[in-house]
Amino acid sequence: MESVESLIQLALSGDKKAIARLITLVENDEDKAREIIRKIYPHTGRAYVVGITGPPGSGKSTLLDKLIKLAREDGHRVGVIAIDPTSPFTGGALLGDRLRMQRHSTDPGVFIRSMATRGSLGGLAKATNDAIKVLDASGYDLIFVETVGVGQIEVDIVKTADTVVLVTVPGLGDEVQAIKAGLMEVADIFAINKADREGVEMVYLELKMALEFERDKWKQLSWEPPIVETTAFTLKGVRPLWEAIKSHRKHMEESGRLKERRAFRAREEVKTIIASSIAKRVEEKLEKGESRELIEKVVERKLDPYSASQIIMKKLKADLWG
Amino acid sequence: MVERSKVRVVIAKPGLDGHDRGAKVVARALKEAGYEVIYTGIRQTPEQIVETVIQEDAAVLGISILSGAHMVLIPKIIKLLEERGIKPNEDIVIFAGGIIPPDDAEELKKMGVAEVFGPGTPLKTVIEFVDKAVEKLKRFKNA
Repeated sequence: MESVESLIQLALSGDKKAIARLITLVENDEDKAREIIRKIYPHTGRAYVVGITGPPGSGKSTLLDKLIKLAREDGHRVGVIAIDPTSPFTGGALLGDRLRMQRHSTDPGVFIRSMATRGSLGGLAKATNDAIKVLDASGYDLIFVETVGVGQIEVDIVKTADTVVLVTVPGLGDEVQAIKAGLMEVADIFAINKADREGVEMVYLELKMALEFERDKWKQLSWEPPIVETTAFTLKGVRPLWEAIKSHRKHMEESGRLKERRAFRAREEVKTIIASSIAKRVEEKLEKGESRELIEKVVERKLDPYSASQIIMKKLKADLWG
Repeated sequence: MVERSKVRVVIAKPGLDGHDRGAKVVARALKEAGYEVIYTGIRQTPEQIVETVIQEDAAVLGISILSGAHMVLIPKIIKLLEERGIKPNEDIVIFAGGIIPPDDAEELKKMGVAEVFGPGTPLKTVIEFVDKAVEKLKRFKNA
């Protein structure tokens, strides 16, 4: 097994095997993740992250396939992280997004990695952000993160992207309901995919109406989310989306919002790491001794949960920060 | 036993072969058993398959082929993996399925394919095989 140090050196020089192994380590091994991120962090900061989200079946992967091509034409080195859900029952996952982008597998300037949500609350956000950093440090200057925007975690991932694209399709029935409220507020660009189908106007109008409610906010930020129609069969059908992404990036850079968003991202990351670290330690403490007895009292209704928590927290104070 | 959810399996279909039901069934079964499975889709070149294995840092590669071209495509895949420093049975477990005559299966095993599963193989057999085979890999030896 190669050392973390040598893997990092190899990854920084573009070795795909090493990059892949580092991503596995940041996903699986907390101690190694700490070491790796500490060492590569100075090499990160160049990549621009685009989140692509939307309901299942909206054609995200097919769109991405074309976006990768367009991005390559513009000279970017492209990283892709395609996220699919882990089965809550079996712990396994079928990661099938890459299937639609496979022709890019052999392009030396493209790195595609599939990731499973793996169920745990803090897990996906942390591992994905760490994987982004690995790709960033290894020279991929444009990174797409594709997720199904149905879970809170997926929304969180997408919130931390520099540009968020929300993909929808006509014919989903109560059109905009299919998009979670949280995502509507977070999207910088709306793409109505499969625009060759019936019902495009309906979706367009619903989105437009929903955006009206946010009119003041967009005016303040001086960016009104465009609604772009795409058909992912051809490059031509996706070009308007690529142009919108470039346009948003320009806006983010020129207005200073990019800096703000990245500051937000950094703060959220530190928060997540601390929270998950504390949660773990609390978990461990609650299993034994006095804490366990207090919880028993709550079960027996001799003590309410808030009071029990107060007592436990007082005891834990030293343990947690010491 | 190695924790299944930490084992990544690539299921690939090389060459001009569109019969993907078997591959999908096996992929699904491995997922239901708790593995993380990446399915490449059909019509993959050996180069695409090897790149996928590398980028996904896969521990297992399942190759499905019913077109008869297995004696050309599978050795090619193994050769490319070895060129990239990935050794069968040390760094990766390779298994194959589809329509592969027993004589060819023996040949393939000599080249590094750990097992060949013909039509009718119970899914349980495939899962048990993967469970055991990954234990021998370098990366899980310290697990």
